[in-house]
Amino acid sequence: MSVLVDGDTRVLVQGITGHQGTVHTVQMLKFGSKVVAGATPGKGGSTVEGVPVFDSVEEAVGKTGANATCIFVPAPFAKDALLEAVDAGIRLAVVVTEHIPFHDMLTMYHYARLKGARIIGPNCPGIAAPGKAKVGIIPNVVFRPGRVGVISRSGTLTYEIVSGIKEVGLGQSTCIGLGGDPVVGTSFVDALPLFEADAETDAIVLVGEIGGTAEEEAAEYIHHHVEKPVVAYIAGHSAPPGKRMGHAGAIIARGRGTAESKVAALEAAGAKVARFPYEIPGLVREMLGKPASP
Amino acid sequence: MVKLTEWRGKEIFRRYGIPLPRGRVVRSAEEALAGTETGDIPLPCVIKAQVLAGGRGKGGAVRFASTSAEAAEASRAILGLEFKGERVKELLLEEKLPIARELYVAITLDRAARVPILMVSAQGGVEVETVPDAELLRLPIHPFAGLTGFEKRRAIRALGLAGPQAKSLDGLLDRLWRAFQHEDAELVEVNPLAVVGDGVVALDAKVSIEDDATFRHPEYADIRDDRTPLEEVAREKGIAFVQLEGNIGVIANGAGLTMATLDVLQQFGGRPGVFLDLGGTDDPAKVTEAFLLMARAKPAAVFLNIFGGVTRCDTVARGLVDAIRQVPPAEKFPLIARIRGNNEEEGIAILRSAGITSLHELEESAKAAVAAAGATV
Repeated sequence: MSVLVDGDTRVLVQGITGHQGTVHTVQMLKFGSKVVAGATPGKGGSTVEGVPVFDSVEEAVGKTGANATCIFVPAPFAKDALLEAVDAGIRLAVVVTEHIPFHDMLTMYHYARLKGARIIGPNCPGIAAPGKAKVGIIPNVVFRPGRVGVISRSGTLTYEIVSGIKEVGLGQSTCIGLGGDPVVGTSFVDALPLFEADAETDAIVLVGEIGGTAEEEAAEYIHHHVEKPVVAYIAGHSAPPGKRMGHAGAIIARGRGTAESKVAALEAAGAKVARFPYEIPGLVREMLGKPASP
Repeated sequence: MVKLTEWRGKEIFRRYGIPLPRGRVVRSAEEALAGTETGDIPLPCVIKAQVLAGGRGKGGAVRFASTSAEAAEASRAILGLEFKGERVKELLLEEKLPIARELYVAITLDRAARVPILMVSAQGGVEVETVPDAELLRLPIHPFAGLTGFEKRRAIRALGLAGPQAKSLDGLLDRLWRAFQHEDAELVEVNPLAVVGDGVVALDAKVSIEDDATFRHPEYADIRDDRTPLEEVAREKGIAFVQLEGNIGVIANGAGLTMATLDVLQQFGGRPGVFLDLGGTDDPAKVTEAFLLMARAKPAAVFLNIFGGVTRCDTVARGLVDAIRQVPPAEKFPLIARIRGNNEEEGIAILRSAGITSLHELEESAKAAVAAAGATV
């Protein structure tokens, strides 16, 4: 078992004929994912890297049995792409597209919920379980199969941290990049129970950021429901209040969402909190009872 | 986020039919004089500086006038002000109304619940942060149902309105919700909402529009009142660029990695000055532009920290080498580079051929950057 994806995951790529769609289809195939179909309206009948392209998601699902989608469609059209996928019966959607208005995402989120589908993202690197499947854009080089689960609100910082876990000789069970937008389909609180229940995960790494209260809510959940060891890191200790730091989420407003409040909440919930990203692998080893070799 | 000044917010309110005091925006004392003389702006009137910062009343940025001469005089005085770092260039002059009560009404996003939320309070006209939780009613709005009749009735009851005043507020709530949705707002706030006679009137307007929605609202794309000139240039080129107080320039990719880089620099005694988030790009020219933009900010040293995903290391290295050639010798600064991830070997080789060493560990690179910045002071 891994989390949300496994060997039976059959990936559809929406926006496969665009540059990013094509590049990452290749990478997903190299990772070992079963990319079974692409969808781009008007490009049906062609192929991309040997993957058949369909005009509609309905057709792609009907002909290939796709059960997950990876969306690269530009922001103005992303909402429609997601609704189409969910309507066609897809139950796991990774939305890589950035700059989707949150008003659109509200519709996407509630529609998916109504239909029993899960969204990861938007503006996210996606999900990967080494040796099984990747739906998204996390670089293949950072992975090695193992027993550490990673949940992160960040993109490139996730790669840095996942890579660090690999470099100390550990590996990952599943890694999910949730995305840093104000409205996300899957939050820490949504993802934590999946890792807690996953028989292949021994420890959980949680990578958060300043802004919002997702980490405080995660701490509350960990306190009551998570038995597995949790190592956390919060980016943005040095950020000045009121400055927008890139992600829509990464803004400290009215004293809420500071790094200090998040660290305090996580520590109170029993998590080990790293001051810096490079401390994470060591803390994971410690919590797993595998001190670093001298 | 595009924050709008009061008068721009009120222009939106006007389009949606939200009741407003009569008046208009002016940019000189002469205009204030003419406007009050012709009756465009009824007297007595209130004169308000059009700045984004709050606390205008206490800060001397709001005045009252009973005659045209007083209005002109007050306008001249406020137009000269610098209010919390913003120069006052525009004033809103509006009729002074007989206010019975001041209320608070706003719609914004509840991130945790993933729904819009209507907030109302009988305590208006003060900073909402100072209103006790028990005095602020929060009503979630399901995006599929919209603002419902029963929710509006709860809000109206909480504010203690009845009869024609309740009817007036009911209409205002509908219009505010429509404005929030259709303008892609992050916040629509009326504080205070005044009870005047048989109805309610929006005395103030705080509206911010979501940046990501400007493709649907090109009219907001050019309104940027809260950025430095270099931040503005960066925005045009699609680069996230923020100026802080220190002297080390940081170029990274992705918000999380950028923030983590700043944290580590500060830990070792460095002071980040400008940071620049490349985001995801595979265009070396964008990297070149970013670096040249950084050079214009005159940092004591630059720390480039890239983890390649969508942005490949060789792309960054090519753009960087090209940029370094374009920086005049007199403006050169120490560069500490660390590039990891996709196409790492190619990137490192390109940098090496230009005489730049890429460091491997974050910790040692950050220390090197702090040392380099310190050495040039």
